[in-house]
Amino acid sequence: MTYLKKSPWVLHYDASSCNGCDIEVLAALTPVYDLERFGIINTGNPKHADVFLVTGSVNEQNRAVLKNTYDLIPEPKVVVAIGICATSGGVFRECYNVSGGIDKVIPVDVYVPGCAARPESIIDGVVIALGILEKKRLAMLAKPSVHPEKAGDVV
Amino acid sequence: MISEPYLSIINAVIYLLIAPVVGGLIAGIDRKVTARMQGRIGPPILQPFYDVGKLFEKENVVVTTTQNFYVLSYFVFMAVAGALFFSGGDMLLVIFAFTLSHIFLVLGAYASFSPYSHIGAERELIQIIAYEPMIIFTAVGMYMVTHSFYVSAIVTSGIPIIIYLPGIFLGYLMVLTIKLRKSPFDLSTSHHAHQEIVKGVTTDFSGPNLAKIEVAHWYEYVFLLGVVYLFFGFNPLAAVAAIIVSYFLEVLIDNTFSRVKWQLTLKSAWLVAGTFGLVNLGVLYYLRAVVMP
Repeated sequence: MTYLKKSPWVLHYDASSCNGCDIEVLAALTPVYDLERFGIINTGNPKHADVFLVTGSVNEQNRAVLKNTYDLIPEPKVVVAIGICATSGGVFRECYNVSGGIDKVIPVDVYVPGCAARPESIIDGVVIALGILEKKRLAMLAKPSVHPEKAGDVV
Repeated sequence: MISEPYLSIINAVIYLLIAPVVGGLIAGIDRKVTARMQGRIGPPILQPFYDVGKLFEKENVVVTTTQNFYVLSYFVFMAVAGALFFSGGDMLLVIFAFTLSHIFLVLGAYASFSPYSHIGAERELIQIIAYEPMIIFTAVGMYMVTHSFYVSAIVTSGIPIIIYLPGIFLGYLMVLTIKLRKSPFDLSTSHHAHQEIVKGVTTDFSGPNLAKIEVAHWYEYVFLLGVVYLFFGFNPLAAVAAIIVSYFLEVLIDNTFSRVKWQLTLKSAWLVAGTFGLVNLGVLYYLRAVVMP
């Protein structure tokens, strides 16, 4: 049975966003769109999360925080990079303190570009992410002994 | 005709099988009603089952392996408490098992290293301290009316307990607010999406362990509402109506009050237990000992 798609709990992390994308993410979670209709809950706890929404480019200060938060989420999990900064670093990519897009630190499954990304495209991105989440679950079932995160390490 | 001991065992088994289904449905209806009160459409009624199904599909991240033991103990003792209750057992034993199961949850939260988990555990303890006197008063009140601590004797006594124990019932509704993790007393963890201390007592539980906590909570729902039934045991229809009304009241309170500090939770819970509960017991004692000896 697949319950993952019916109950994706999201975790939102602001890497170093200007708050533009954050506001759009929260707009998508407000009662107007009422994402709880689809079982989506905005959780503040990485250990309860399935979908990791990251806004803003990653900088040298919060690389470790981002990595740690990602590691805390139990498998299977997906990462959605929201906004052009999270996707590639955007206009800040040349800054001395910016590492670039978040895929420099953690693996990203879905990129949602835009400045700021529209709530509709964010929801669209999350829906695509749910498909990937399901694939990851099946991969986990096929190889239950191997931790998906460490699957690449096995030579 | 089935003899008494077999009947109680059958009741216990039925409870163990049916309670998670009923509890999950109650949780689903709760979320739907809450959403409607907030002008939203809300999740499907079966959403809690999807959530638990999902949690069982997830990886079980464990900080310390003792957590597994504590969560399992919480689950088992919660089920045992309810099974004892529905098999017509001793109320005091039921309360003992019920409290013990919560102590296991607190220990589980303390077993991890997260400060958020520890705050949640502390707050859970405060909640236990807050509601415990009132739960004891409930059992004592029922004993004073029916002269038995046995649930089977209480429910078949035919006495309209609510008429003798209106104060105790009000106090029990207060306990219900704390126990169902409703605002204003959802200190240790809440069902609402975001809150101040990450996720309180459940912070360091994930996947299957969190699912077990959730299912144990469903058992708890059914048990707690079963106690409401006892007050109206003389008339099953009135009892079911009372359960629906009191649960609706809890959802309404949840959506109209903001969370209070732990000091106020403790003070108000003891104040209600001390006034409504003790005065009710005092009046009952006076009537029995002095007016109608």
